[in-house]
Amino acid sequence: MNKDRKEGIKGMANPGRYGIERVAYWLMRITGLGLLFYFIGHIYETSNLLDGKAAWNSMLELTQTTEGHIFLTLVIGMCVFHTGNGIRLMITQSGFGLGRPRRPDYPYTPSSLNMKNKLCIYVSIGLAALAMMYGLGVMYDV
Amino acid sequence: MTRVITLPKGFERPSNLGSQQKYEEVKSSSKTITLRISKFNPEKDSASTFLEFTVPYQKWTTVLDAILEVKSRHDHSIGVRYSCRQATCGSCGMIINGKPKLACFTKISELDSDVVTVEPMNNFPIIRDLAVGFERMFTTHKRIKPYIINEESEISGTKEFLQSPEDVEKYIQFASCIKCGLCNSACPTMAADSTFIGPQALAQAYRYIADNRDKGKDKRLKIIDERHGIWGCHFAGSCSQVCPKGVDPAMGIQLLRGYLLGYRK
Amino acid sequence: MMSSIMRESHIMKIHYLTALVAVGFVIIHIMIRFTHGSFANSLEFESVIANYKSIPYAIVLEAMLILISVHGFNGLRIILLEIKQGSAYENAVTYGCLAAMIALIAYGSRTIIMASMGMV
Repeated sequence: MNKDRKEGIKGMANPGRYGIERVAYWLMRITGLGLLFYFIGHIYETSNLLDGKAAWNSMLELTQTTEGHIFLTLVIGMCVFHTGNGIRLMITQSGFGLGRPRRPDYPYTPSSLNMKNKLCIYVSIGLAALAMMYGLGVMYDV
Repeated sequence: MTRVITLPKGFERPSNLGSQQKYEEVKSSSKTITLRISKFNPEKDSASTFLEFTVPYQKWTTVLDAILEVKSRHDHSIGVRYSCRQATCGSCGMIINGKPKLACFTKISELDSDVVTVEPMNNFPIIRDLAVGFERMFTTHKRIKPYIINEESEISGTKEFLQSPEDVEKYIQFASCIKCGLCNSACPTMAADSTFIGPQALAQAYRYIADNRDKGKDKRLKIIDERHGIWGCHFAGSCSQVCPKGVDPAMGIQLLRGYLLGYRK
Repeated sequence: MMSSIMRESHIMKIHYLTALVAVGFVIIHIMIRFTHGSFANSLEFESVIANYKSIPYAIVLEAMLILISVHGFNGLRIILLEIKQGSAYENAVTYGCLAAMIALIAYGSRTIIMASMGMV
């Protein structure tokens, strides 16, 4: 048992128990890492342009598959959620949209975890889902 | 001469039951839950174990009542910290069914479960069983200088530090902190980062900065403006979810960030 | 350590600014892809090369590359610094992320510059 009894990554990565804001924190991390790895892959993938048309087309054969489209759909979803939730965080972390400090009274509902915040998280998730559906439609020419 | 009082029908007291008999009577007529208590002695054990006890409870029975019931009747060695029993002192913080809560402020009936598991708070070292060490939290609290910093003395002459009700309203919420440590236990950054200053200290930093008697804003902002200071917070909001006194540390931290980002002066 | 070169609040302001500006450029990038007909057509070699040869679009790509690299690797640095602490580890993570950021920008810039100059 470690001396500080830190929960460790298990505690950081657990999205449950504490409400939608904790889920949003967890999703923000997952999508951020996912987008970074996609970005690195995308930079490498597009560098195939310099090797000529044959190299580019063989790269496309790898990525323009069903699996590739599903992966790209996930990337679209991650990007939209990360952007939407990121904008919410930038606004709230500057001190806006949190309510005002006031004398606390039972049942001690936290003002910062208000409906506006929760709505923004749900809207980000909803927009991500819509974007994924739209992206799938574009990729399959629907 | 002894006066005999005869009570009307229906008001008769039960016969003179002893304490154990009375307990058995209450127990047989009450609902019961299984209380699982984490036991760990760092001097002897390598890992924690759970002991299970069947405990009767009423509508008003708190988790602390149940633990003390077990301690008095079944296992006297259970290590638990408690004091006021009314959510004022912050001593009895623990993990109850997976969430950090005050044991004296959590009724068994509101947990809606036949099994209640109590464990020591996460992210704190265990002293024994359910009692944890607060050294780190006290250290981080002291770091942010939790006192009014003001060179002017109120002792000389008749000068006093004036505060209107509106001035008090700006910080009184954060002054309600009882240092229970539940916020530090719930925080996902505290779970991984052993040098993070923590939501409790950051909320208290805001409490003093927002107090118009205080002139130490720049000193405190310099202390918290680091990777393991305020920037370790990512507004997961778990601290505010679990705070039993409505301090809302997440609000204090984001308002504090406004100073560092230049939105507040 | 980076925070001794630059205060953490300044690093975070850069993190927020790069995010906001990158969003705009990504929207432009995606919209330009849509101007080439269907998704499959937009990925044809000739169509992609034609885009790179347009100087404004090449500037958009370069800007996106720099902004997203800075934002992404700073985010990775933030996560890695929370997982483990210690001055040697923190310095290694900070300078490692900085190096990876510069390497990715250099590699991506090479593609953009060579493609836009017709060296394909």
